[in-house]
Amino acid sequence: MENAVSIRELSKVFGKTPVLKALDLDLRKGEFAVIFGPNGAGKTTLLKLISTLIEPTAGSVFVSGFNITEEPEKVRKEIGMLSHDSYLYGDLTAKENLHFFGKMYGIDGQELEKRILQLLKEVGLVTKADERVSTFSRGMKQRLSIARALLHRPSLLLLDEPYTGLDPGASLVFENLLKSPEFQGSTKLMVSHDLERGFALCNRLLILDKGKFVYDGFKTNFSGFQEFREKCGSMLA
Amino acid sequence: MIRSFYIAAKDLKAEFRTKQMLNSMFIFSLLVLVVFSVSFGDFLGDAEKVEKLAPGVLWIAFTFAGMLGLSRTFVMETENGCLEALMLCPVDRGAIYTGKILSNLAIVFLMEAVTLPFFIILFNYSLGIGTLFLLLLIFFLGTFGFIAVGTLLSALTLGTRTRELLLPVLLLPVLLPVLIPAVEATAGVLAGNSIGNLVPEIRLLAVYDLVFFVISHLVFEYVVSD
Ligand SMILES: Nc1ncnc2c1ncn2[C@@H]1O[C@H](COP(=O)(O)OP(=O)(O)OP(=O)(O)O)[C@@H](O)[C@H]1O
Ligand SMILES: [Mg+2]
Repeated sequence: MENAVSIRELSKVFGKTPVLKALDLDLRKGEFAVIFGPNGAGKTTLLKLISTLIEPTAGSVFVSGFNITEEPEKVRKEIGMLSHDSYLYGDLTAKENLHFFGKMYGIDGQELEKRILQLLKEVGLVTKADERVSTFSRGMKQRLSIARALLHRPSLLLLDEPYTGLDPGASLVFENLLKSPEFQGSTKLMVSHDLERGFALCNRLLILDKGKFVYDGFKTNFSGFQEFREKCGSMLA
Repeated sequence: MIRSFYIAAKDLKAEFRTKQMLNSMFIFSLLVLVVFSVSFGDFLGDAEKVEKLAPGVLWIAFTFAGMLGLSRTFVMETENGCLEALMLCPVDRGAIYTGKILSNLAIVFLMEAVTLPFFIILFNYSLGIGTLFLLLLIFFLGTFGFIAVGTLLSALTLGTRTRELLLPVLLLPVLLPVLIPAVEATAGVLAGNSIGNLVPEIRLLAVYDLVFFVISHLVFEYVVSD
């Protein structure tokens, strides 16, 4: 079976600073991997490379078999991104935002209407559907940006510190959506500073430091979070 | 291609909801016209002098008002990382650029169309309906070139701290080849020339528009990805 993500010798240099150094990584379909690592390790850069936002200096990345530099549009269709930014237009309503992005992903008509309603229900924003996003509270914006990221049923979810700023309610919504049958089969790559939460959700653990993976293993290698922290905590200091 | 229209429609929806850009551009261009018409008060009876001055004044108003708007077009996109969100959509960068051009063109052209009646009143013109349409055609052609380059430069200066200063400084020199024929053509129309007499200017404008659209379309991809 082809891998959801396949990275070979991936390097990224900004100016003269090497940020990622010849990374290799394979994610199987349905895997939930979490990347830990200190600030500036290159975690966000890695997600931006996979999502075609920036181009690699060397090496290759395949998403569902598509090369990110050769078929970027096919790659983008597969990807749902949740980042620090909400990716929402403040002057548009919740519904209009989802409408716009839905159409950009090629969803249309009845199907889009149904999808939007379903997602608004799941994130608990049905009553706010026609209000402008700029009037939303932070938590509401975050719920909506979760809906936005999942709109086109991405097969690969890239999550860059999704918990920063999420209130407990929105965190729960988020976790339930990740566990829902719809996204059970999708591959997830999450960057997080929240060790305990990340450990609980994932089945594969990666630690990135100074542009190299210093740890790559499965959760089953550990009896529990305590053991993981004892063994790997030093790599994150 | 259809996705460019989605982007433009989204921009226009947001713009007409707040009318921020439209209002400030319109007020600016109106002010420019008023200032000039007051300071040239003595000449306004003299048709010959008005004919020499007015077209230039009009394009000064349009250009600077347009720049005011252009420096804002990508600001909306950067507010919540929306430009990144657009770049994550399965469309090529060219489609994003085209979408932005369409919305900018619509907004700036609308501003010009609304300014026109005030120009006619302030500078004592009486124009026939045919002349008006011809004038709008020239506005459109001139504005298209202006927007094609302006949108690109607006994206280019996005990451700089001095974008509001940098944009006009970069844009004005590049715009000269479109401003000169636009002013000349406008003068021609206002002097009562028919479309037949304006072919050289119109052709020049159309060529400039095309060349800049194609070049900017190709370059845009490198401007938005770092
Ligand atoms: N566009 C850029 N231009 C130049 N340098 C950059 C750019 N983006 C990131 N960097 C540098 O690359 C390094 C890694 O940044 P990155 O954002 O990937 O870190 P991170 O692991 O996500 O950190 P954090 O935990 O703080 O989010 C940093 O040293 C940063 O300064
Ligand atoms: Mg980061």
